[in-house]
Amino acid sequence: MRHIISILMENEAGALSRVAGLFSARGYNIESLTVAPTEDPSLSRMTLVTRGTDDIIEQITKQLNKLIDVVKLIDMTDGPHIEREMMLVKVHASGDRRTELKRLSDIFRGRVIDVTDESYTIELTGAGEKLDAFLQALDQGVIIEVVRSGVSGIARGDRSLKI
Amino acid sequence: MASVEVTGAEIFVRSLEAEGVEFIFGYPGGAVLHIYDALHTQDKVKHILVRHEQAATHAADGYARSCDKPGVVLVTSGPGATNAVTGIATAYMDSIPMVVFTGQVPTHLIGNDAFQEADNIGITRPCVKHNFLVKDVRDLAETIKKAFYVATTGRPGPVVVDIPKDITADKTAFSYPDKVEMRSYNPVHVGHSGQIKRAVKLMRKARRPIFYTGGGVILGDASESLTELARIMNFPVTNTLMGLGAYPATDPQFVGMLGMHGTYEANMAMHHCDVLFAIGARFDDRVTGQIEKFCPNATIVHVDIDPASISKNVQVDVPIVGCVANVLKAMLKEVKKTDAKSDAVALQDWWQQIDDWRSKDCLKFDRDSDKIKPQFVVETLYKLTNGDAFVTSDVGQHQMWAAQFYKFDKPRRWINSGGLGTMGFGLPAAMGVQFAHPDATVACITGEGSIQMCIQELSTCTQYRLPVKIINLNNGYLGMVRQWQEFFYQKRYAMSYMESLPDFVKLAESYGHVGMQITRPGDVEGALLEMLKLKDRLVFMDFLTDREENVYPMIPAGGGQNEMILI
Ligand SMILES: Cc1ncc(C[n+]2csc(CCOP(=O)(O)OP(=O)(O)O)c2C)c(N)n1
Repeated sequence: MRHIISILMENEAGALSRVAGLFSARGYNIESLTVAPTEDPSLSRMTLVTRGTDDIIEQITKQLNKLIDVVKLIDMTDGPHIEREMMLVKVHASGDRRTELKRLSDIFRGRVIDVTDESYTIELTGAGEKLDAFLQALDQGVIIEVVRSGVSGIARGDRSLKI
Repeated sequence: MASVEVTGAEIFVRSLEAEGVEFIFGYPGGAVLHIYDALHTQDKVKHILVRHEQAATHAADGYARSCDKPGVVLVTSGPGATNAVTGIATAYMDSIPMVVFTGQVPTHLIGNDAFQEADNIGITRPCVKHNFLVKDVRDLAETIKKAFYVATTGRPGPVVVDIPKDITADKTAFSYPDKVEMRSYNPVHVGHSGQIKRAVKLMRKARRPIFYTGGGVILGDASESLTELARIMNFPVTNTLMGLGAYPATDPQFVGMLGMHGTYEANMAMHHCDVLFAIGARFDDRVTGQIEKFCPNATIVHVDIDPASISKNVQVDVPIVGCVANVLKAMLKEVKKTDAKSDAVALQDWWQQIDDWRSKDCLKFDRDSDKIKPQFVVETLYKLTNGDAFVTSDVGQHQMWAAQFYKFDKPRRWINSGGLGTMGFGLPAAMGVQFAHPDATVACITGEGSIQMCIQELSTCTQYRLPVKIINLNNGYLGMVRQWQEFFYQKRYAMSYMESLPDFVKLAESYGHVGMQITRPGDVEGALLEMLKLKDRLVFMDFLTDREENVYPMIPAGGGQNEMILI
């Protein structure tokens, strides 16, 4: 099963490598990982997407909790939550293609944020599947470059991760 | 109040004093020269100069294991730190409290491939409980406080503090915090009362119970409570390799060590038990054998201070997270409060069954051989030291024989690298033990392979007059490797033959020690007696033992605990 684990950790040099090192040392997989400071600059928030059986996910959360820099974590997937990922796609856009690409981007609620004679850069936000669907909808060969931020997530309703 | 500014090096020394550190094991070098200078001008913290940084970590580790205080190490940057890594990893695997200070190049050179620079934080990260890089002299005292706090609380472990050279010259006022709080680190102490009640209920109902206890009981100083509880309940007790001494080995309720080279009765009792009480043990693969075959009919209670140890290898029915001593005390209280009694009738049958298994006498060996049997050497050492010596060991067959034939009645007497299995551990660990217990008999049971991995420490022993007794069970082979090759590789002894051995007697003598070589079984006892008489001397006892003796019994790879090979 796919799990989204959100972690609050001390905003210290090396904290990220402790998490990354834990995953490689114990053979857990990381699908994506994002990290940035929170409104409290002493804390970073990390969102980690991983896959595993219930036993493995239990070990992952226990091992993460054991890291001295980890203050608190929750498994988002335990309850209702919102998941978002941001993607920037640069595509070949010349001649006839331009309107078609613009329309497709509109359908996915994307925004064209940079334009040249030959290309568009489209920004798109949503759950991972939506971004996948957009990429699939594009003609093979138009894609020049894809940048994805990795998933971030937040619990719905009153549930929250804070200290 | 105007406070006086002192250097980082001075702060380092005063912080150690404040922590009550008696000994620091180390080796100097450029990055730590300010610190060495500060150590030189005081006499509260004694610096012990080893001959290799690996030995500094093992010595600090042995010290910590034998006396329940953290071991402290100081090494220089680059090679000093990398040499220490094996010892840090050894301590990590066995959860030994240790604080290791590594020198680092000056802050402005970090990342420049400077002379003797290594990424100590990166290199040690996977084998420490935590590590710190000190970036400002004003953080130094607090970081040291945190390092000791983290190393010694919760599930203990080694902590590295990396100190760039400029920090040790920078100045600030010194004040050592009384205590630290870390919002991200709050070890659990007391077990859940509901779970403790459930566990006690299981003690009443169990028909074939067993206590399986590990190093956690020793590290948590919980031997007394364990012994009391086991006796009230009349349950059999088995200890892991790390847990030997947690329950008195001469007690009739002790069924011996379990695991790959554990006793037949311990492993059979594990396999057939209906309730398993795992206490401060972590279901290591050397204990469980093939995991699918492990304790097939048991309800499992697991007490451990580390939540991540619970249900890691084996699914547990009643998990109890907490400090082992607290949990056992709470169990005792519950037992007394509810006047809980075990099932006497069922236990009578259970003990009958266990006695049947015991009657196989799984540790028997040939007592009439004309060769020295290694088991006999250990057994005689046990007898002549009244079971009261501190015994360190290296890794291999000799380690197993030491564990099987020296009966430890007290905790912290048996000091070995169980988790990492580090050859070279024994002699430096014995040095650390001897520093902690200057008047005690400290024996290092080793093999001719292992002893050569840290043999340079004979020189440290000369310098500090450490009267360690080295029991070298010399079979001329990397015996444990040879045994596996005999069993599983049709006796193709690839690289397990130790050629070109030194004359250990002369070698010992050249360092100023006493050496003896013993070749006949009839001389074993006399030689050991003579050794014990030389109270103030290091004695190197080179026993030429039966070369192809094997360790029995044994659970072969892939086997369950009920599938032991007996002799
Ligand atoms: C540092 C290290 N290298 C290799 C090994 C693998 N190993 C385990 S036991 C053993 C043989 C040990 O030989 P010796 O010390 O002579 O003891 P014996 O088994 O003969 O009693 C070896 C090589 C190890 N445990 N540690």
